[in-house]
Amino acid sequence: MVASAFREFRAGALALAPLLVGVMPFGMIYGALALSQGLSPAAALAMSTILFAGSAQFLFCQLLGAGVPAPVMVAEVGLLNLRHTLYSAALAPRIAHLPRRWKLALAYLLTDEAYAVIARRETVADAGPDRHWFYLGAGLALWSGWQLSTAAGVVVGARLPTDWPLDFALPLTFIAIVVPLIRNRTLLAVAVVSGIVALLAAGLPFKLGLLAAALAGMAVGWRLAGRMR
Amino acid sequence: MSVWLIMGLCGVVTFAIRLSFIAAEGKVAFPPGFRRLLPFVPVATLTALVIPELLMPQGTLWLAWDNARLMAGVAAIVIAATTRSVPWTLVGGFVVLGVWPA
Repeated sequence: MVASAFREFRAGALALAPLLVGVMPFGMIYGALALSQGLSPAAALAMSTILFAGSAQFLFCQLLGAGVPAPVMVAEVGLLNLRHTLYSAALAPRIAHLPRRWKLALAYLLTDEAYAVIARRETVADAGPDRHWFYLGAGLALWSGWQLSTAAGVVVGARLPTDWPLDFALPLTFIAIVVPLIRNRTLLAVAVVSGIVALLAAGLPFKLGLLAAALAGMAVGWRLAGRMR
Repeated sequence: MSVWLIMGLCGVVTFAIRLSFIAAEGKVAFPPGFRRLLPFVPVATLTALVIPELLMPQGTLWLAWDNARLMAGVAAIVIAATTRSVPWTLVGGFVVLGVWPA
């Protein structure tokens, strides 16, 4: 039983390792960006543990730099992370039998990357009794890579020229995540509506246009998906 | 408000979101339409963040060849669609942004 748990843990960590090639430069850019937006090195490092969500940490720095009020910051970070409910819903039935401490740990480690690896494991391999160790291995591998690369970014970031357009890494990373997700016409319609509303509502205070655009896109998807059944 | 407090609140919200269905499994019945909404959340949110960064880099609509961020974004979209790779999309986008005459 112990040997099987270790095997699963190691398989999870190894399955996640290739993704670190993309994640670690991103973590370094985050560390540098956080300092450039006025966060202290301690706060920049702590955020990687407290939030453990790359894109949300980027957004946090951006909103902080723009002087957005605290409640709006919390709401928009929450909105950006709302996609994690998807992963939570998918993982929930598979870990329903585990003790609470496992559920808390796996929820904390639930990210885009970890979920991608877990989903692939579920489709290709038999569901063994120790597969939660696989989830833990994948989650901790990403967590370690993220903390290390953030620390590297904080160290190097102080020496980067301030006029480098590091903030552009955020839209580029989102493009890399969102483009492969647009697999059908309904999702394309969601993207188009959300993009248009984001432009029209860009003048709203506190970046509330983001909220309006995301809700408009979701509403269109909901209507189109309803019509097809 | 202290930046640490805001960070803590963001952390609590993020953790609550990740725990939501895991904690509720077998205890709460969600309305049937709710799960139908979930697949659209990532596309709607991420697109709303990206488009103004490309078309309004300085706060107003800038639809022109010399908007380097727009051109870099279009290149990144093409690269993401063909390679599905985060590192290549980042590299390609930054290269176009760097070499585009602005």
